[in-house]
Amino acid sequence: MAAFGTGAGRPLGGRGGSAGFRFTLYALLSVIVMYLDQRAHYLERVRYVLQAAAYPLELAVNSPPTAWRWLRESMQTRESLEAENARLRANARDLELRAMRYDALARENGELRGLREAVPPVADRWLPAEIVDIQLSSLRQRLLLNRGVANGVFRGQAVLDDKGLIGQTTHVGPWSAEVILITDPEHAVPVRVERTGLRTIAVGAGDTASLALPYLPGNADIKSGDLLVSSGLGGVFPEGYPVARVTEVHRDAVQPLAQVRAEPLAHVDTDSEVMLVWFRAGHPAAPAPAAGASGELKGGNPAMQPQATAPKSRAAPQAAPQATPPAPPAPGGEPSRPLPTQATAASAPPTDSPPAAAAVPEQGQP
Amino acid sequence: MNVDSRGRLILSVLVALILTVLPLPPWLDVVRPAFLVLTVLYWSVNAPRAGGLAIGFFAGLLLDVFQGPVLGEHALALSLVTYIAVREHQRIRSKPAIQQALIVFAALILYEVVLFMIDGWTGHPVTSPLRWVHTVTGALIWPPAAAILSYGAGHRV
Repeated sequence: MAAFGTGAGRPLGGRGGSAGFRFTLYALLSVIVMYLDQRAHYLERVRYVLQAAAYPLELAVNSPPTAWRWLRESMQTRESLEAENARLRANARDLELRAMRYDALARENGELRGLREAVPPVADRWLPAEIVDIQLSSLRQRLLLNRGVANGVFRGQAVLDDKGLIGQTTHVGPWSAEVILITDPEHAVPVRVERTGLRTIAVGAGDTASLALPYLPGNADIKSGDLLVSSGLGGVFPEGYPVARVTEVHRDAVQPLAQVRAEPLAHVDTDSEVMLVWFRAGHPAAPAPAAGASGELKGGNPAMQPQATAPKSRAAPQAAPQATPPAPPAPGGEPSRPLPTQATAASAPPTDSPPAAAAVPEQGQP
Repeated sequence: MNVDSRGRLILSVLVALILTVLPLPPWLDVVRPAFLVLTVLYWSVNAPRAGGLAIGFFAGLLLDVFQGPVLGEHALALSLVTYIAVREHQRIRSKPAIQQALIVFAALILYEVVLFMIDGWTGHPVTSPLRWVHTVTGALIWPPAAAILSYGAGHRV
């Protein structure tokens, strides 16, 4: 920042040419930085450092909402806390019953498939993360989480909440990670229609309440109310996690493709905590190895690819090597079970959705 | 043109950056003026020697870290706008507030055009017309913003 003072002592008359020269210099610098960042990915380290430097400011910017939430939580009356406690207790009992059933079903499924023992849950470890900052414009749908490399977070990691898929990490700093939401217009998630098994791709529409399914032919078997689950292709998200529910199917005799809209199941705008998940490598439901998917994309110019898949192709090769060692303990040493903090209890009551359901039998594993 | 003025410059740029990245509901986000661009424009016109191009470049780079799809995007756009403002600062400064607001409007359009082109080239095309809304609110807010920024400055540099 020493450059601030460079012009201070100079007479104004000589500034025209000097400003022009300096502008050329800065413009060139910007273009070089853009090139390095976009095409060559040489700036990972620089971004890492910059993200670390920006983190305190981001925390400061987001402190008023945090303070407000804290104030509201600490002002809660005893009665409302007791009521909430009772509700959570009932919820926990419900989940435990379900988990019991789940164990039995998993064993039965294993026997039916002729396996020697039941397949363990695909989620190996999970880590709750607080949402530090949130950008929900139509151009960018991103979250900033308070977990980073120090907690073992890697690029291209799946992020869930208790209802469904939220997104994946794009830039990971030392203590923070940026998450691209599945509703970001640049994001696409491979999905399967649960009722029919039809595979397609759900693209973000720049709106937290909607996803578009632009690649379905007009005669595809899909209807409003269908549940979309992740298909496990693409190398980031494991198979079978709920993503969205179809809200609108529009078929036009003139158009070859159906226009389908779906509503994401995760509620990013009301969440204050999300889950970062590590998956068991080699598990049948784990994200497929990204070698094939990224190999075909790597050859071409990333800008020429269908825009929706570009972020995934970049993120996938990063994710694969990180995920291969089975159950790497986090350097940060975070417990794998959701922390029983007050925030967890108050803001994210567990429900009967698969991420939470998968979480409970984990404790019962030998 | 002294320590005091430079301190106010850096402080105002930081405040503008915070206002720019502050999370807002989507409808408010659309009309949010580009506070950082306005602040940098103000200093380029009224104290071209205090910050000059460097402040445009580094403020843009900071913004890139927070919300740029590509590092250097806002830095380039803001450097360009700053350069024009610094070069023409005497002409812009002598204009009445309404005309200044029109010039700022043009500068904001230029800024957004540069961002739009870079977005397109780098494969993040966002063609929603909503991205242009902030240029209007930015021009509207210029007279009060300039008044606030010049508050307490006994002298014009």
